[in-house]
Parts: sequence; structure tokens; C-alpha cells
Amino acid sequence: MIPLEGFLQTLIAGILLGGLYALIGIGMTLIMGVMKIINLAHGELMMVGMYIAFWMFELFKIDPYLSIFVAVPALFFLGIALQKFLINPVLKVDSILPENQVILTVGIGMVLANLATIFFKSDYRSTPVDYGTSAWYLSDYWIDTPLDLSLSVPWTVSFLFAVFITISLWFFLSKTDMGKSIRATAQDLDAALIMGVNVKLMRVVTFGIGAGLVGAAGCLFIPIYYLYPSLGGQFTLIAFVITILGGLGSTIGAIIGGLILGIFESMTATYIGMGWAPVGRFVIFIAALIFLPGGVASLLKRQRFGK
Amino acid sequence: MKKYLPLIILAILSILPLIGLSSYAMHILILVIMWAAIGMAWNLLGGYCGQVSFGHAAYFGVGAYTSGILYYKLGISPWWGMPLSIVVVSLFSLVLGFIVLRLRGPFFALATLAMGEVMRVTTENIGWLTGGTLGILIQKRTWVSKFGYYYIILLVAAGTFFLIKKLIESKLGYYFVAIREDQDAAESLGINTTLYKTIALCLSGALTGIAGAFYTNYMGYIDPHVVFALHDISIVTIMIVMVGGVATYWGPLVGAIIMVFLAELIRTIPGLGAAHQTLFGILLIVIIIFLPNGIVGDFAKIKKIFKQEAPRNELN
Repeated sequence: MIPLEGFLQTLIAGILLGGLYALIGIGMTLIMGVMKIINLAHGELMMVGMYIAFWMFELFKIDPYLSIFVAVPALFFLGIALQKFLINPVLKVDSILPENQVILTVGIGMVLANLATIFFKSDYRSTPVDYGTSAWYLSDYWIDTPLDLSLSVPWTVSFLFAVFITISLWFFLSKTDMGKSIRATAQDLDAALIMGVNVKLMRVVTFGIGAGLVGAAGCLFIPIYYLYPSLGGQFTLIAFVITILGGLGSTIGAIIGGLILGIFESMTATYIGMGWAPVGRFVIFIAALIFLPGGVASLLKRQRFGK
Repeated sequence: MKKYLPLIILAILSILPLIGLSSYAMHILILVIMWAAIGMAWNLLGGYCGQVSFGHAAYFGVGAYTSGILYYKLGISPWWGMPLSIVVVSLFSLVLGFIVLRLRGPFFALATLAMGEVMRVTTENIGWLTGGTLGILIQKRTWVSKFGYYYIILLVAAGTFFLIKKLIESKLGYYFVAIREDQDAAESLGINTTLYKTIALCLSGALTGIAGAFYTNYMGYIDPHVVFALHDISIVTIMIVMVGGVATYWGPLVGAIIMVFLAELIRTIPGLGAAHQTLFGILLIVIIIFLPNGIVGDFAKIKKIFKQEAPRNELN
């Protein structure tokens, strides 16, 4: 019974982690869909969000989950500023390499990470919330349960928040005018322009939304993770793997990709070793490239056309 | 004159140490030339073939570890790592290319970035072969003075320069540029894009690997965080080429001079050392916005600015 219990516990941990990963991935997918560039400063923006949550907790004792309401608008405006003053001018510049914008976001990421090191030192930090280590146990509710499973409180709360934010985003994208315009811009820029969509505005707003989403993810991550200035890079990679896994520019794909990655990563950590988790992340990335180059989105599409 | 410029510069560089430079100045010179060689290797793949790699640390590190493992496990002189790294890194690039060359543009960039990171984590985790995070220390240095190291890296850099120049002026070079300009058009004209991209990747990787093997010999110590570093190797390589000039022969050398001197300058000013990445990042942003093709690539543009300003001054 013990191996099964361990397996289920790992699966639960993977799903909870995957929900949070999905939130990071969606932000990147949105930006990629509309702007056609990869935002390599994505993880660094999350780091900024985490620092906002950290300082809110440290200075005003505000719960990290409440600081979402501060971090999201802050990151939204930061994203808008980055897009308007740095990325947009480069879109017009004529150069040999079209990847200039990607390299530009690397530069932005470097500056953000380094500024964080200068101002906040490279110490590892965390928010010691009082529910940080508490958990719900299955045996508390069902005395003779054959399997004793547990749910960590902060992980579960973060997961629920992530689900809620994802659903609201879905409503925004599919029901509101602005959401529809963003999707139109992503699908076909010229057609959207002809239809009277303010493409320029949509680009700016999308970058802001993407940054805001990842800022929210930062607030959700800080109760369960620790924080240091160079943490951004690894989350940029995670976001990218999710986007490839899910299919470029597909929101549903990003959610599924996030879940797959979360489960796979926690399986690697349990059965192979903690240190190998980043390699496991990459194995799944390579597998996706070789066997499913279009990502989960291509599977979904195939099914739809099949009908 | 222009035809002999490479030879003239090579001649100047080879007599430069004879005028009696301090050990520190020699160290800077060695770094400049090593980075120029890496930049040229990157330029072959990124500048000419258009495949922007964010993971050159992977080749650099594999080259460095080829040398290091020879010494650490087999007790052979790490200098043998330099020729051996050509073979090892080429094979490694072949495998890597099979995976990453399926992607285009920014996706290729990020896949290579991920490759570099994965190599770092793998090296950390296979401690029995690589010494893990402890790294490998070469206990006995070959020379105390830096002359030997200088001439070896100068030889490598000169070889890299002439090899790339020859390649780019051959048919292969035109194929590379065609792939960069429009991969689909190149494919439709009958260019086997996968083959030529793989050639560019393997050559670029192998040339970077030699520099990595040299690094092990010169520095005498490697660990996964140093040789597979994302910011300090992969990104700096890109910056050297971006600052100097993408797809130019002299860009990497100019970029390496500027970047190495800038890094040293920042290090000498107290209180500024911690901010070196911020300054590099800002430099990168400024270069991309104002000189997207680098100093050598946009030299005409720079000249024009000065020419326009000159008459204005006369009027005043």
C-alpha cells in the first residue's frame, strides 16, 4: 500500500504545482501569441512580484495572498512601461537579426535581477506565514482510511487562487470586447487591423496583462517557496517549456502543459532525485519537440477537425 | 591594404607581449582574445546562419570538461583536451542540433538556452565523472608566465578567424546567409537547410569548445556554475557580438575589447562591481535600440553622425 500512497501523494503535489505553473505559462503564451516574441524577462517579472509580496508582508504584515491586489496592478503598469518605451521602439528598428527583441528582453531581465540583488541583497527570503506548514490530512476526516494522504494548506490555497484567476482570465478573453480584440490580434494582425482593432493598444495591454498574471503567480508562490534575486531565470525556462508543451499561443494548451509539467516534475523529484527535477523538465520538453511539435493544442485541434 | 589587414593585426598582436607588459595586462589580453574567438564562433551560427543561440555555454562547458575529465579521471595532461574537444563537442553538437534545429527563431534561442541550463544541472548531478559542484582543480599549471597561454589562444583565435573568413567567402557561406534571410526560400531553391544548419552548429560548437578547453588549462579550475553560466558565458557571448557587430569579421574582436575592458573598469570602481549586470543590460538595450547591427556593422551610421555634427560646429 505504501508505494501507492507515495504515488498518489506525489500526484497531488504535482497537480497543485501544475496549477501554479499554468498561471506562469498563460502569461507567456498570451504575450507570445499577440507580440510574436518570447519574453525572456518573464521569470524576472515574477521575481519583482514576489518581492512586492515579501515587502508588503515584512513591512505591513499584509498576507501574501492579499498583496495580489497590489502586485498585479504594479506589474501591469511595469509591463506597459516596458512594452511602450523599450520593446515597441525596437520593433521598428531595422536590423540583421530579427531576434533583437528577444535579446532586448534578456537585457531587461538582467537589469531587473541585478537591481534586486543590489537593493535587497542576494539573501534567501521567505514569508513565514503561520499557516505555512499546516496541512489537511485525509485521516482526520475518514478514520479508517487505507491511504493517509495530506493536502498542504498554502499549496491548496495558492492552487485555488490560480484556478480562480485562470477562469476570470478566460471570461475576460472570451466575453469582453477587449478580450476578443486581443484574441483577434493574436490570430491575424492584419485582419484585426482592418476590422478596426487598435492593435498598438492591444499589444501594450497584453504585455501588461501577461506581466500582471506572472506577478499574481509570484504572490501565490511566495508562501510556499523561497525568494532570491536570481530566481527569475528558472521560471522563465519553466514558462517556456509549458508554452512549447501546450502549443504556441494556446491558453488551454498552457493550462494542460502546466499540469503535465507539474506532475512530471514532482514524479522525477520523488522517484529519481531532487537534483534531477530540472532535467526531468527538459526531458519532457525534448519529448514534446520530437513527438508533438505542435503541443497539446495541435491534439485538441486535430480532434475538433476529426468531428 | 584591406586585404592584408588581418595579417597586420595578427602581426601586431603577436609582437605585443614582447614589449614587456605586466602580468595583469597579459591576463586582460588573453581574455580579450579568448572572448573574441568565442564571439567569432557564435557569429558563424548566430550572425551568418541566423540561428541565435543562447546556450553557447553548453559547448564552452563541454569543451572545458573534456579537458578537465581527462586530467581528473585519466590523469592525462589537460592540453590534450584541446584537440579532443573538437571531436567531443562536434558529436555533442550533432546530438543537440538534432533536437534544437527543429525550432526556428526565438524558439531555437530558448531551446538552446534550456540546453545550457540542462548541461549545468547534469554536470552537477553526475559527481562521479565531473566532481559535481566541487569542480575540477588542475593542480599543476604548465607555465607560470602567461606568454605560452597567450600564443596558444592567439593561434586558436587566428585559426578561427581565417577558417570563418574562408567559409563565409565560399559557397557554404552564401548558403548560410540565404538560410538567415529566408529559410523557406532557401529550402525551395534546393538548399538542404537542415544539413547546413547542422554544419554551422557543429563548427560553431567545436570552435567554442576549443576555447573552453583552453579556459580549463589557463584558469586551472572549473566548476559547473562557472563554465555553464548563463549570464557570464552565454549572454556575454551574445553581447560581444551584438556590441561589436553581427555578421562582420571584426565585430567579435571589437566587442570583446569593449566588453572585457568595460568589465575590468567596472570592477576597479568601488561600489560599482555589484551593478555590473545592470550596466551590461543597459548597454545591451542601448545598443539594440540605437545600433542594432553593432559598432562595426553600423560604422557608416556612426561616421554620418559625426560628419553631420562637424559642419554644425563650424557654423557656430
